[in-house]
Amino acid sequence: MKQILILFCGLALLTPLYAKTIHEERSIYRDITVTERLGRRCLLFNVHRGDRNQTCIFTDGSSRLVFDYTKMSFAGLLLKPDPERILIAGLGGGTIPLVLSELFPGASIDVIEIDESVARVAEDFFSFEETDLMRVHINDARMFIKRAALKEEKYDYIVLDAFSGDYIPEHMLTQEFLEEVKQVLTPDGVVVANTFSTSRFYDHESVTYQRVFGELYNFKLPTSGNRIILTQLKSLPKLELMTDRAAQLAPKLDKYGIPFLRYPGKVSSQVDWDMSRRVLTDQYSPSNLLRDN
Amino acid sequence: MKWLNRLAFSFQRANNKLNSNRLQKKIVISAAFVSGFCIMAIEMLGARIMSPYFGGSLSVWGSVLTVFMLALSCGYLIGGRLSEGQPDIKTFAFFFMAAALASLPIVFFADGIMRPIFMAIEDPRYGSLTASVFLFFMPTTILGMISPYSIRLLVEHEDHSGKMAGQLFFVSTFGSALGTLGTAFYFVLWFDVNKILLGTIIALLFVGIIIFTFDIAARRSR
Repeated sequence: MKQILILFCGLALLTPLYAKTIHEERSIYRDITVTERLGRRCLLFNVHRGDRNQTCIFTDGSSRLVFDYTKMSFAGLLLKPDPERILIAGLGGGTIPLVLSELFPGASIDVIEIDESVARVAEDFFSFEETDLMRVHINDARMFIKRAALKEEKYDYIVLDAFSGDYIPEHMLTQEFLEEVKQVLTPDGVVVANTFSTSRFYDHESVTYQRVFGELYNFKLPTSGNRIILTQLKSLPKLELMTDRAAQLAPKLDKYGIPFLRYPGKVSSQVDWDMSRRVLTDQYSPSNLLRDN
Repeated sequence: MKWLNRLAFSFQRANNKLNSNRLQKKIVISAAFVSGFCIMAIEMLGARIMSPYFGGSLSVWGSVLTVFMLALSCGYLIGGRLSEGQPDIKTFAFFFMAAALASLPIVFFADGIMRPIFMAIEDPRYGSLTASVFLFFMPTTILGMISPYSIRLLVEHEDHSGKMAGQLFFVSTFGSALGTLGTAFYFVLWFDVNKILLGTIIALLFVGIIIFTFDIAARRSR
């Protein structure tokens, strides 16, 4: 009897640790789940395969960002502190575009998302909203960017965030794709790519970016398995300039919980990958196979 | 061409020893295996070839599969028609060589074919469908002709026609399974897409030549 009582008490104490599922749907690309747990609402893809959270927000209405990698993606502002035309490949819960639109109310933002259901879930559960200046395009990012290049459109802040936990769209990690990205980038614009820092794949990816852009900044934090590649067409800014910009922007980013002042020191141009790895191209891009090796 | 002569000669010798019909059977069955393998190797690469222009959405896969199925169904019909009357192993050899030649544009003109389609059609569904037609319809139709024609070559009397058809479907579909697995799991990791395609083209061409030489040898020994 006593044991059963203890068991019950234990279960009662554990209950808040269990995530409550508030929405589930199967889109043509993935299973989408929205859960709530410990004051966080999270968007998950393919839960059954044990995928990681895509996006989480705090349910208490706080603007603070939950994940380090989301915060880290704002390091692009060290290279381009005043974006006006923003392109984001991969919507997720819509956190990144939402914060950018708050920071730069005058900027126009094009978000590309391949999965219509993800866009709906972002609006219904993550208070994402399209505006006149912020538009979501249901499209493949490669096609969108190719067409934008044909129309000679330019963006000064491009975020590539289309990789979900367990799948890489292989046609968006090739030399040819990055050349197309380059065509829609303004001379002073920045490319921010949010990717993984695992194994052999890391080398291939770095080598490919290096081939197209030359110099890159690599931004990693010990607390996150992600890494952010930062690059632009002109030569990369020196540490002093980035520190100045960080000081200017930090007060605005504070409300989102982004420790911006710490970022310039963590950005590195050091080559820490195997340069002999093969460049990924449209002809050779077995990214998903390389990741598992 | 010396080696071809030598090959013809060894076929001739084998013909004399074996029954010529049994050798022909073996060759037809092996050829069907290769064609099954090549069809799926090319199909597996189809979506990859088109993704730079039409993206990686489900509709691109849909286009590839639709066009392959459509082309195969036409190929079966035409191949069956052609096999009526007196089937000719030379025609059979010709299928392989024609399929190899019809696959060459996938390697050398893919961009030239896809770019104007990409410019003309905004919707990725119809864009990828049109591109698939231009890239894959011809070679796959020709490859589709091989199955019914091989059955005609294998069947001698109606009693064993079902058995022969079963054997042929087994071999060619087994080849397809291996072509799919090999391409999706390993070839893309080892080679460029174009190298894999050229590999299948060379394999088809090679099979065509072998059948052709066999035919010459068979005529000589008669």
